[in-house]
Amino acid sequence: MGAPRVAVVQFPGSNCDYDTVHALGTVMGFPTRLVWHQETDLGDAELVILPGGFSYGDYLRTGAIARVSPIMNAVIRHAERGGLVLGICNGFQVLCEAGLLPGALLRNAGTHFISDWVHLRVERTDTPFTRAAQHGQVLRIPIAHGDGCYFADEATLDALEANGQVVFRYCDAGGMVTLESNPNGAARNIAGICNAAGNVVALMPHPERASETLLGSADGRVLWESLLAGVARDGRMPAAAGRR
Amino acid sequence: MKARVTIHLKPTVLDAQGATVERALQRLGFEGVSGVRIGKHIEFTLPNGDATAARAQVEEICRRLLVNPIIESYDIELVK
Repeated sequence: MGAPRVAVVQFPGSNCDYDTVHALGTVMGFPTRLVWHQETDLGDAELVILPGGFSYGDYLRTGAIARVSPIMNAVIRHAERGGLVLGICNGFQVLCEAGLLPGALLRNAGTHFISDWVHLRVERTDTPFTRAAQHGQVLRIPIAHGDGCYFADEATLDALEANGQVVFRYCDAGGMVTLESNPNGAARNIAGICNAAGNVVALMPHPERASETLLGSADGRVLWESLLAGVARDGRMPAAAGRR
Repeated sequence: MKARVTIHLKPTVLDAQGATVERALQRLGFEGVSGVRIGKHIEFTLPNGDATAARAQVEEICRRLLVNPIIESYDIELVK
């Protein structure tokens, strides 16, 4: 019974891959390795992270080309078996393009690329990534994106709400979900969602950049501590990738 | 045979680029210009000479990569 084995996927143009390895490997001490997008096997990884960046230069649509990388077949198989998948920023866009999460990420409503600190309210504490958080807890975490405006049609948004698939919402420092606290025009202030089963989670903000007080906030650590809480509770991670 | 695919953002999708271009046009004095929407135009050559088979192939190409049906729609034009 130990820390989760982590694979961080590197696409051409990923630029938060090493930050993610630093946060999970160096800061948290989880066995963490990089997996090149041309690989077809995730080995014994229990958690697969699609990191932030600009895979394939955001050509065509954000995440669209990364979605057809060889490694994505293994990521989809891992997710379908109940394995944990986390998408951060560009990783969120890739997971939507791959159909593992509903909706799409549009250009920010104000068209600007935004690099700033935001507040997030934790809406669900029963996902593998939020188990150690308090319901309604406010996290201070940075964003850095040009295409973070979450979009889905009204019926899909209603279904997400009804199923409890909205995991994080942009809010103010006091935890109020307001128009002003929404940095990018995301539908219903949605910053992060999960799939119906809860094993695939993604968010636009960067918890890996908020895992040490030295960097301005350690609020992102709650995601990694949630993984440990899950292992402590269940004695294992949900599923390992491996060959089958 | 050549294919020309035009991709549009669906009407319900916010087009932040289009809105910005529209404001710029108004600043230039083009008053009354409205409804600016920005899409994409993609051209490619197909190995298939048969129009029906070519159209089916372009449809599949659109569905599998070029278009995200959640936010976009598209038109196909085939040119000999």
